[in-house]
Parts: sequence; C-alpha cells; structure tokens
Amino acid sequence: MTFPTDKPRAAADTLRGGPRRRRVRTGVPLPLLVPALIGLAFLTVPLIALLVRTPWRSLPTQLTSPDVWQALQLSLICATLATGVSLVIGVPLAWLLARVDFPGRGLVRALVTLPLVLPPVVGGVALLMALGRNGIVGQWLDAWFGITLPFTTAGVVIAEAFVAMPFLVISVEGTLRAADPRYEEAAATLGASRFTAFRRVTLPLIAPGIAAGAVLAWARALGEFGATITFAGNFPGRTQTMPLAVYLALQSDPEAAIALSLVLLAVSIAVLAGLRDRWMSAG
Amino acid sequence: MTQTHAATGTSMEGLDARLVVDRGGFRLDVALTVAPGEVVALLGPNGAGKTTALRALAGLTQLSCGHLRLDGAELDRTPPEARPVGVVFQDYLLFPHLTALDNVAFGPRCQGATKAEARAQAAEWLDRLGLAAHTGAKPRRLSGGQAQRVALARALATRPRLLLLDEPLAALDARTRLEVRARLRRHLADFEAVAVLVTHDPLDAMVLADRLVVVEHGRVVQEGTPGDIARHPRTDYIAQLVGLNLYRGEADGHTVRLADGPHLTTTEILSGPVFVAFPPGAVTLHRERPTGSSARNLWRCEVAGLETHGDQIRADLTGELPLAADLTTVAAAELDLHPGAEVWATVKATQTHAYPV
Amino acid sequence: MTRTARRPRRPLQVAAGGAAALLALSACSSGSDSSAKPDSPGSGKPSGEVTVFAAASLKESFTTLGEQFEKEHPGTKVTFSFGGSDSLAASITGGAPADVFASASPKTMKIVTDAGDASGTPATFVRNELEIATLPGNPGKIASLEDLTEAGRKVVLCDKEVPCGAAAQKALDASKLKLTPVSYEQDVKAALTKVELKEADAAVVYKTDVRAAGDKVEGVEFPESADAVNDYPIALLKGARNTETAKAFIALVRSAEGQKVLTGAGFLKP
Repeated sequence: MTFPTDKPRAAADTLRGGPRRRRVRTGVPLPLLVPALIGLAFLTVPLIALLVRTPWRSLPTQLTSPDVWQALQLSLICATLATGVSLVIGVPLAWLLARVDFPGRGLVRALVTLPLVLPPVVGGVALLMALGRNGIVGQWLDAWFGITLPFTTAGVVIAEAFVAMPFLVISVEGTLRAADPRYEEAAATLGASRFTAFRRVTLPLIAPGIAAGAVLAWARALGEFGATITFAGNFPGRTQTMPLAVYLALQSDPEAAIALSLVLLAVSIAVLAGLRDRWMSAG
Repeated sequence: MTQTHAATGTSMEGLDARLVVDRGGFRLDVALTVAPGEVVALLGPNGAGKTTALRALAGLTQLSCGHLRLDGAELDRTPPEARPVGVVFQDYLLFPHLTALDNVAFGPRCQGATKAEARAQAAEWLDRLGLAAHTGAKPRRLSGGQAQRVALARALATRPRLLLLDEPLAALDARTRLEVRARLRRHLADFEAVAVLVTHDPLDAMVLADRLVVVEHGRVVQEGTPGDIARHPRTDYIAQLVGLNLYRGEADGHTVRLADGPHLTTTEILSGPVFVAFPPGAVTLHRERPTGSSARNLWRCEVAGLETHGDQIRADLTGELPLAADLTTVAAAELDLHPGAEVWATVKATQTHAYPV
Repeated sequence: MTRTARRPRRPLQVAAGGAAALLALSACSSGSDSSAKPDSPGSGKPSGEVTVFAAASLKESFTTLGEQFEKEHPGTKVTFSFGGSDSLAASITGGAPADVFASASPKTMKIVTDAGDASGTPATFVRNELEIATLPGNPGKIASLEDLTEAGRKVVLCDKEVPCGAAAQKALDASKLKLTPVSYEQDVKAALTKVELKEADAAVVYKTDVRAAGDKVEGVEFPESADAVNDYPIALLKGARNTETAKAFIALVRSAEGQKVLTGAGFLKP
C-alpha cells in the first residue's frame, strides 16, 4: 500500500522510547580523562585526609558525648523542617516562574537565585534586618504577636530555608519547564481547574524533580553555617547545629571537630544514598 | 450528506462558530457549523491552522474575535475546564502516573463524582471500548491502539457535547491504523453530539468524517462531502492530497464486487461490505488494451476531462469504472489524451487498499 | 590549613553588620594603603613586607599603627590578617606565612609556643578589660553584671572557646552568677553586632570593642571585670621571613607611641 499521503510514521515507536541509539564507543579521550581524574582527586583527597587524620582512638568518647547527639538531632530536625518549608512555598514559586508569564519574571528569577551567590553570613545579616526583633517585618511580629525569631530554633529553620530554598526552586522550575505543559491542558479539557490540574497531574509528573530538589535543599540546609550562626546565634540544644559545633570545636579542640565532621559526613552520605536509590534513580 | 447546517430557528443545536485567531503574522479565520451527530474533519497541510482551530474550540487558545456557540450557549469566554468539550490529543496525553481506569475517571472526578462513581463510569467506558482487560495498566504498557481508545474513553467520559480529535491516527503505525480507523469510525458513528477531527491525512478524513472542511493558510478553501471534494478539488493541494479513488463494495477473498458491476482485486482477504481506495497516481493509462499485462484490474474508460495541477495532469475518466488518474504532462502528450479519447486503465492490486466499512 | 585561616575572616567582616561591613572591608585593606615608596631601599634597616596575624579586637588600633609604621619606615608594607585568636593560632601552627602574632589570650599564644612556632618569649603588650555593651541610652537600666541575669533579658556572650567568652565566664564564676545567654557567639564582633542590630539587649565584650562601636552601643563598666582581665601577648614567629621589620613593628607596638594608640582604643597598659 503506498498512498502518496500515507507516509510511514514512527510516532508510535517514538512514544515507546524509540529504537535505542547505538553508543558503544568505550575509549575515553585523554584530554577529558586527565582533568576528570584530577577533579575526582580534588574532591576526594580532602575527605580521605579527614579520615586519615581522624583520632580513631578517642572517637568513641567524642561521639558518645550528649552534646554531639544534641547538635546532630537539632541539625537533622532543622534541615528537615527547612526542607519542608522550602517545599511548601518553593514548589508553588517554581510553578509560578515556569508557568505564568508575568512582567519582570526574569528579575524575579534573579532575586530567587540571589541567596545562591550571597555569602550566607550576609544572608544572616539580611534576615536579621528583615525578621530580627528590630527588623522591618520582625518588629511587627514582635509588637503584634510577641514573636521574635533570632536565637530560636525557628530562626535556625528560617536561616536554613533561606539558603536552601533556591536550590529547590531552581531544580523544580527546571523540571517543570521540561515537563509537557499540555498535560495541564489535557486536564483542563477534562474539567480540572488549574489548581486541580497542578495537584493531580503536574505534581505527580514532576515528583522526581521535586525529590531531587528537596534532597539538594536538605543537604544544603544540613551543612548551613553562616546564615544560621548570624541569624539564630549559637546555643547548645536550641540553635547549635552540627556545623556550628564543628566550627567552635575547631577553635580549641580540632580532634573533636574532626569527629563531629565525620558524624555529619556519615549521616549525610547515609541519607543521600538511601534517597538516591528510592527517588533519584528514575531520573 | 445533505443536512441543513445553519439552523435559523431559535433552538440552535450543534456547533456554530467563527474562529478568528491572530498570532504574530498568522491569522486563522474559519467558520464552522456542525449539527449534532455529524462528524466534520478539518483537513489541511501542516501549518494550515487546523490545530489552532481545535485549540480555540477547546478554549486552550483565546479567540481574537468571532464567536463560538454550542447548543445555543455562548462559549467564547468560558475557560476550557467549564466547556462541555472532550479532546483526544494527537499523542493522547494520557497521564503517565495514572492507570487507564484512573485516566478515564479523571474527568468524572473533576465534574464532582465520588471516587467510586467515577471509577464505575470509567470501567463502563473502557468496557464499551473493548478495554476491560486493561483497566489497571499504566499508559506506557498500552499499545498505540489501546492508548488511543483510552484517550477516546477519557474524552467521552465527561459526556461532551463537542468531541475534538487532533490527528487521531497519526501516532499509530500503518498496521494499527487500519484497525483503529475502522473502530474509531464506529465509535464516532455512535456519538450523538458534535464531533470535529483534525487531520492532514485525506484517507482518515474520508473514512471518519461525514463532511470535510479543507483549511489552507488559515482559511477554508473548500467544504463538502468526501466524494464531492475528491471529484472536484479546487486547489492543487486538495487535488494532490484528496484525489483518492474510493469505492464501496462486497468483498469475497481477494475480490471486491462493486455495486454497479465491475470488480477489483485487492491484496487484503476480506468478506462483507468494504471500502476500496487507491490514489490516482497508482493508475496507469494505455491507448491499446495491454496484452502481456499482469494487472487484473483492467477497465475500459473514456476521458471525460483533463485538469493541469502543476506538472501533473489529472484525468477524469468515465466508463466501466469512474476514476481519477494522475500522469505527467509528458506521458499525457505521448498518449495523446483528449476529452473523449478511449483508454485502458490498470491498477496493481498491491496499490489498492481495502478495509471493512 | 588555609581553610581554618580564612574561615573566620568572613564572619568577622560581615558580622560587623550592615553599614559597618563596608567600613570593615575598607579597614582591612588600609594597612597597605599608604603606599610604600621605595625611596631609600638600602639605607633604613626595616624594609619590605611584614605579615601580622592579630586578634580581631586589635583591628582598629593595629591598622593605625600599621600606617604609622609604614610612614616612619618608607619601603615597608604591613599586611594584617585579623581574626579569632584561636583560628589564627591554628593557621600559624598549620604553616600559614606570618611574621608576627598578636593574640588576645595567653592560652592561644601557648598553642603557638607549644608548637615551637614562636621565636623568643611572648611579651604582654596590652590588657583588655570586659565591659557590658547595651543599647544606646541603656534603656534596660543595666548597671551591673548581676542585672544581666534577670529573666527576660536577651544577653549574648562569646562562646567559651574564644577568649572573650572565657573571660566573661571567669568573671561570672568569680561573682558566683549564673547567666543563660540567648546565644554563644563565635567571636566578640559577632556578639557586639547582635547589640548593634538591637537583637540582643546586652553583650559582654571588651572595652575596646565598645569604644570602636562608637555611639551604636553604650558601655557599662562592672567591677567584676577586674577578675577577668585579658593579657594580650605578642611574639615574633619562627617562620618569619622578614625578622628585622617584624621586630621593628613589635617595638613600635610596645613603645610609648604605640601604647598611646592602644590605650586610646580602650586597652589597658600591661
């Protein structure tokens, strides 16, 4: 059958993934291999050095101190809460940036990513000026509700969310842009409001991107130091997270600092590896 | 097809639209009137504005001006989710994270049905479309034809008053198309409201639609039944694209007996009422009866008219079998074709296409 | 160990807060501003570059002394690295290139001498006394160390690991007071910043820091500070590449001229 218009189409194939492209070349060119290996060494040697210099003998006593567990617990709780806050307000923000064409969108996107380049300490100062007891928003929070955020655990969560949320927003926005907006249109033709379409169609479709962004944000929040110590201060059990404990331990007891760092390292590797298997392998 | 489209009375059933969309240098301006139960195909080349027209009907693209009435109700300002419109998208856009059942239940859910009701309705639709065995499958596990039916079920489950189909067969491979086309035709025939489909494939349009609206460069260039348009193409595009010889008859094995006598040999083995189609380019003309020819499909005809389309000449033939044949100007000159000339026409069985009605 | 050397600099510069951050930035580079004109390269003894690691609380007075030194000895250039004494000590023992170390506590200096990185015995060149920094006008009517222990007051202290925190703890212990701050700040400037930004009602910091903050905070002296006077030792380092100039700078710091600048900044004579 050869109808002039009945061109053979591979559309069905394309839908199912199409024929696999052959890519079996295995040789890695030297100009790529050498810098790649240098890069790998650059990233891993400091970590190895940390392990080599770890005071293994005193490690058990260092790690069994209640202060360490307190700091670790606080770190995990705050990083998780900060990730939660970032998800609740960051995902809608990402959707707005990806899907709604409004004037000044480029500027808004730049503003959103600003905390990525801002030194975290400056971020902390900025947070104090906004949400501090005397800040432009904080003074009203204090006057009306009696809420002051600096020096509180909530302050830690805010500082961490401020620094970590841009990672989530950028990641989710990228996923949204890559996702086919026509699924939302299809949902609309089936009677779904824009919010229903977002909740029941878009959100499940971009779930892997959200998960990846959340993991990034969580990791960033866990290691956050500058904004936290500047905005929330440092008080054991309330605002002293692991990075703060590490920094202050470094002042007098580098061995303790190394031990604390190891704990942080182990916990983040464990969590990231665990999440990777569950969430990110689909990517 | 001689229905009265433009209803003049107060009760305006069906679709009455003038779709005008201005989009940076491109202007779509298409008037469309479709009665309930009628299937209309918007046919045209890529970039003609067919999909834009469809999106405008669905509310996904705003009208620049014009109007859109469905069963007497103004829809031009209604958002897509509030329109009684169902859409089967070109690549179906089945929600990949939902099962076939939940895809179909999505619409009823949005219309306020409980989860259980919506699922019950969805199961019914899937059953009606022969997909009862696939309710739990995710879209990526469905074949192209199955996915197309799920998409159709999903659109129908909202009980639309206007069903839109965007290139409904384009995503299918040639083998599946045949089967799906026939099936879709039956479903569309059962559909009681307005159906509009968009396609660039004349065969799809002719098989599926009662009436064709040919769109080129954003405008309607010709409108009519498939037969009208095939016999009297008004533009080169239509002539080349729509010029299809289409017959109806009774099949018995490889042979199809046409209503008024002659029979055709096909490659397909079928029985019962069928369509047979072949393009004018598949027809070979001879001045003398070919002696050693292996072509079983040989008819004696007379040239009724000649039309030039670019470097092609279309010959309109009458005689044993009325048909259209395309040949080059050189070949036409060699054969010394002129109206009234007697010719022998042959078509190879492999170039015909038969399919059940 | 460059990381430990650099790390505290950022918090320090910026912890000075908002507008102060800009000042701090310019102050940082002012040590090399008065251009070292190599007029007579061979004639004077001190010449070339000297690198001084100094406690953060010395920033203002040492910057002034650095300019003075360069003016007196054309052809020299004094480069400062200000930071928490502990971090500086850690970077010196880690091999950071420094000629002079001026520390805010004997304890941190001991880290350097214990590692054998100091040349000769460190000498105490000033002492620093603690003071309470409160909001301008002292709205909380804070008059003593004991007033800080009242419930509802937001007080920040330096962390016990840094000298000003250790000193504050010493003073509190001596007067048997128990004070729960809202935060243990990583250094004295960070503690002061919290008061400057009115996030905290008071901080226990050095007198010199209160002086340097101008009218952004108000200082309240308290008698218990006598129990926790901090000695500032200065030492020439073994790794010094410019011993002559380094010695000359130490001499300037300990001279009457140098002491005038330092006492002007609020330090006590040794």
